[in-house]
Parts: sequence; structure tokens; C-alpha cells
Amino acid sequence: MKELLEGSYAVAEIIKRCKPGVISAYPITPQTHIVEGLAQIVANGELNAQCVNVESEHSAASVVLGASAIGIRTFTATSSQGLFYMAEVVYNIAGLRLPVVMTVAARAISAPINIWNDHQDVVSLRDAGWIQLHAEDVQEAVDLHLIAYKIAENNSIMLPVMVIMDGFILTHGVETIDMPEQADVDKFLPPYKAPYKLDVEKPMTFGPLVDPESYMETRYAIQETLKDVLNLIPKVTAEFAKVFGRTYNGLIEEYKTKDAERVIVAVGSVCGTIKEVVDELRAKGKKVGVLRVVSYRPFPAQQISEALKNIPKVAVVDRAVSLGSIAPLAGEVKAAFFGKAKKPKMISSFVVGLGGRDITKDSIKEIFRLLTGKEKQGEFVDLKPELLKENYEDPV
Amino acid sequence: MKTLFNSGHTACAGCGQSMAARLVIDAAGPNTIVVNNTGCLEVFSTKFPESAWGVPWIHSLFENAAAVASGVESALTYLGKKDSINVIAQGGDGSTADIGLQALSGMLERGHDILYVCYDNEAYMNTGVQRSGLTPFDTNTSTSPAGKQSTGNIRPKKPMPEIANAHGIPYVATASTAFPQDIQRKVKKALSIKGPKYMQIHVPCPLGWRSDTNLTTLVARLAVETGLYPLIEFENGVLTARRQISPLKPVEEYLKTQGRFKHLLNKPEELKKIQEIADSNIKKYGLKVSEVTPPTAGSGGT
Repeated sequence: MKELLEGSYAVAEIIKRCKPGVISAYPITPQTHIVEGLAQIVANGELNAQCVNVESEHSAASVVLGASAIGIRTFTATSSQGLFYMAEVVYNIAGLRLPVVMTVAARAISAPINIWNDHQDVVSLRDAGWIQLHAEDVQEAVDLHLIAYKIAENNSIMLPVMVIMDGFILTHGVETIDMPEQADVDKFLPPYKAPYKLDVEKPMTFGPLVDPESYMETRYAIQETLKDVLNLIPKVTAEFAKVFGRTYNGLIEEYKTKDAERVIVAVGSVCGTIKEVVDELRAKGKKVGVLRVVSYRPFPAQQISEALKNIPKVAVVDRAVSLGSIAPLAGEVKAAFFGKAKKPKMISSFVVGLGGRDITKDSIKEIFRLLTGKEKQGEFVDLKPELLKENYEDPV
Repeated sequence: MKTLFNSGHTACAGCGQSMAARLVIDAAGPNTIVVNNTGCLEVFSTKFPESAWGVPWIHSLFENAAAVASGVESALTYLGKKDSINVIAQGGDGSTADIGLQALSGMLERGHDILYVCYDNEAYMNTGVQRSGLTPFDTNTSTSPAGKQSTGNIRPKKPMPEIANAHGIPYVATASTAFPQDIQRKVKKALSIKGPKYMQIHVPCPLGWRSDTNLTTLVARLAVETGLYPLIEFENGVLTARRQISPLKPVEEYLKTQGRFKHLLNKPEELKKIQEIADSNIKKYGLKVSEVTPPTAGSGGT
């Protein structure tokens, strides 16, 4: 059924249809509407779940960890500082191989405090052993939650998933959503059957002390599983298309890249703006395109290098920064071509939209224009020079 | 004897915590799920690929057992299984009173049906005897060392039983390794009550306390008999039971059994301060046998 919904409430509606038994979260902007929506759904008796209103994100993640270890489906959501506060639990959930699904309303990092969107929070936790899927719009965010549970709970995977939505832009954006019907959801996502759990009938020890004799193998196992996830994602999205009629690649999306001379690589909602610019420039005869990375972890390096190998000029647009080094996505895209014979002549790197700075069509056009010049490394776009003057005077 | 906490673990000789942990789980029985903070108990009982535990057991992090247990309990409630399965969260004094206090407070405030057990050996023993919020006044630890300008730890123990009581929970108790049947009675009683429960068990650590490994029970007993570790029970904030002592012993008898207090034995003014702590406990909880009036409650701690 199609309905007009705010992104956060759309997520609450799809989580309702996924039927988690325990939901736990702590308030942080711009994630709050998701769990408020779920709390109301539970209060209305539309979903049988335990909502645990904890005293911190650290405990929110710990609650879903404990509940997941009992063998039931769980849900949490957070953002920015909240994700950082739960960081050690985030790693722990992956290490314990528990299929938790969490929505992250991607947001800038303090200081200075800033509640608006960028990707510095999720990029900082890219190495935690979680699968990270970035939505471009609300419909995709809704659909990715179904895909997330399906992958996480696959008994040969058993890894947690972050579904990443750009804070405010998607969490508070209102779109017409084709909300999956419960019967279809039930068909696509049967009840979770845990391959191991805390069970008094069959006592097991979870989270033992593991010394140098065995620790490395536990990390290797996650690394290998994430390679399997690269193969599994297209299969799951194909199954999704059969049930729901919407087709996703799930790893990357190529938009008008086949004959392109200049391509922007990006993640998340900014790709919508880039696609508009691509259409405008194409109308003027410019051969441009965009490659969107959906799965940030596992990183589809092979698919990206294959898609871009014949593109002369590539711009990687990061909505994050690795202070003191190359921008995060740019570094990984460049690494994807290491040792390859066929590769772009130029891969420029741009940092955009930190702390919610608008990325306008003009910003994107400027990036395409800069691609005709010299290679850029971590070039900040749309900086305000007047704020960078050494003798900056307070205008007040 | 059949136990749910099996031999073969790697605890030190004379470890009070291993004794108490076995008593707790055996009193709770097999229909129990245990959530353990990081600490000595977790390290010596679950070195992969072995485990001492005969019940489902999970360790996540240093400070989050109370929160993980909240998730376990919520999941059991969701499944309709809570009434037949006990949930115990447990940890040492550091993970309870310091780094884990927030998670514990959340668990108590939310009303989860969980028994939280703090094994109180009065310092961070697993990392090498650093002081914690439950280290007693004047204790010599590796981060509160005695020296020319110091007589050891400058603060008294954090009043955890009072803090737990302040959450308005149905049951709070202290116990001691020296009184095994008392531990088991209190565990059974706690598990018969629905809601959050807090138990704090005094567990000597011969390594950290520098006491003889064959004297663990005696040392724990002296802490009770001097009034330094009152054994008390609260139900709904009201003091309902306390172990009265006869005869009351001077604190010096307890202190002289342990190297961590050795620096105090020739300092009468410090001994006097510690005796005052014991006397205050004795008065507050009516620990003298002659006392007939149970004091009004809501006030635990030492």
C-alpha cells in the first residue's frame, strides 16, 4: 500500500512488520522518531514486543545483545555520539556473532556539537564486523531493513547489520512509500531460528576468555564471512525483487556510467542530487554518471573496480573525513585498483557536506568541472574562506 | 558433590570469589542464566575451550552485565518463559560500584526480575590490586599505596546497599564467604521475590589482601565479627534481618590478618578511625546481641 510517511515512521512501520521481540534505544536526534514510532505501535497493541527504555546507548546495545543471545529478533537505533558511546558493545555484538539490526541516523561528530548529517559516525565504526548498508531514499531505507534481517539471520552469516539513513534528510524527509504488506514480509522473512542461544536445556558459555592460541581465528572467521556476504547480498536482493517487485543490486548502483567519461562515486542521499545533475549534464551532451556504494561493509572492491575500470576520470565524494589522512571512501576506491592493469587515469577526492552543509546541484557541478583539471586529493568543497581567516573578527 | 560450577577452573588458592560463586549458582539451580561482567571470575572460569559453568552463561564487557541481563530477562518475558528461569547478573566490586554503576542503576530502576550479585573483594584484583569504590578506608593498594605522606585509601567504602535500596527495590542483602549457608539462603530468598534484587558478598582475595590462602574463611569471618562487614537484609527498604555478633572483636584482630593493613598496626590514630567505622555499623544496624530494637531502615552500607 502506498502512503505518505516521514522516513522515521516508515522505518518504525517496517520494523513492526519484522516483529522483533525486544526493542531498546536511547534518545538522540535525529534518531528519536523511529523509536517513538515503535513505542506507540507497541502501546497500541499492534506489535508484541518488549520496549526497554534504557539509561544510555551503551545499555541499549547491551540489552539487544542479551536478548539476541536468547535467540529472538531484536532492534535498536542510534546516531552520532550515541553510536560512539555504544562502540565497544557494537564490536562485542559482532564478535559474539549475534544478528542484531540497528538503524543509524548518520550525523556529524562533536566537537563542535552538530546534529546534522554527515558520515563521520558510521565511517568510524566501519571495522567493527558489522555489515553497513547505506540508503539513498526512504523507500530504500524501508526495504534495506528487511534485507538486513534476512542477511544477518542467515545461519551461515550470523553478523549484525547497520542500516544507515542520512540524518534529517531521510529520517525526517517525507516520501510516498510503498509499504510492504505483512503477508509478503512473512514470506520473505520467516521467524528467526538461532543456531545457538542461551538455553537452560542446553547450557553454553558465550564470550569466554580467548588467548593468543585461538583469538586470531575468531577475527579471520568474521573476515571470511563478510566475503560470503558479498556473494549473498545480490541473491537476497533478487529474492526481494521477486516478492516485492523492487530491484536493488545491494552492493553498488551504477547510474549512466557505461559510456561515461566522468563519474562521481558517493554513498547515501547525496546520490539523488548527483543523479539530477547527471541528467542535466547528459541533456547537454556531457558524458557523466554516478556510482553509488550501497554496501560500505563488506566493501565491494571488485565490483567497483570492474564498474570503473574504463572510466577516464573518477571523483570520490566523501561525506566524512579521516583527519590526518586521505578521505575514507576515496582511500578504499583507490585501493580497489591496486595492481589492476585497467583503471581510471585520474581518481580525485572531495570532502563535502560535513555537519549538514548543503550539497547543492552547483556543488556537484563544480566537482564535475574540477574533474577536467588536475587531480585533487581530499579537496574540501563549499568552504567559506571568510571563516578561515587567521585574524577572523567576530561580526557581533 | 554435583555442582553447576565445576572444578578445574584457574582461580588462585584460597579465592573467596570462586567459593561464593559456586554457592550462588548451586543455590539458584540449573534453571538459571548467568550474565557476567569482565573480571577475575570470568577469566578464571571460562578460558577457551574450557568452561566451569553448568548453566547458560554469557560475558560481554566489563560494565554491562546488568544491561545484558536486562535484555536476557526482556527476551524471556517476551517468550513467556520468565517465571521458570532465573536471571543472575554478577561481577566484582569495580564492575559493580564504579564502571558498571550506571548500567546497574538502570536495571534496578526499570524493575527487571534479576538478581544482581556483587562479589566484593574490595579492589581491582584482576588487573593487579588497584583501589575501587569499594576499597575500605586506609587500605594499601597499588593505586592507593601507603607511604610517608599516605596511610592508604583516603575514602570509606561506597555505600552500595544504600544506593541499591534508594532505587526502591524489593530485596537487598549482604553476605560473606564465611557463612556459606547464609549465602545460599539469601540467594534462594532473593530468587523467590519478583523484581530487581541486589546482593553483595564479601569475598577475600589472598593475593590482593596479602592473607594466608588457608585463612580465607577466618579472615571473612573476622570482617563480620568486628562489625566492618555487617550482614544485613532489607525488604522493600526496611531492615528485616542482621547477623548479631557475640563477642564483638576489635578491628585490629581483622586487620592484622592481612598485609594490606600492615602499615596501620603501629598507628593507633588510624586504628581508632577504623574502629569508629565498625562502631558506627554496630550502632546503625544493631549488631550487638543485647540490641533488641531493630533500627529503622533504608540505611545500609558501612
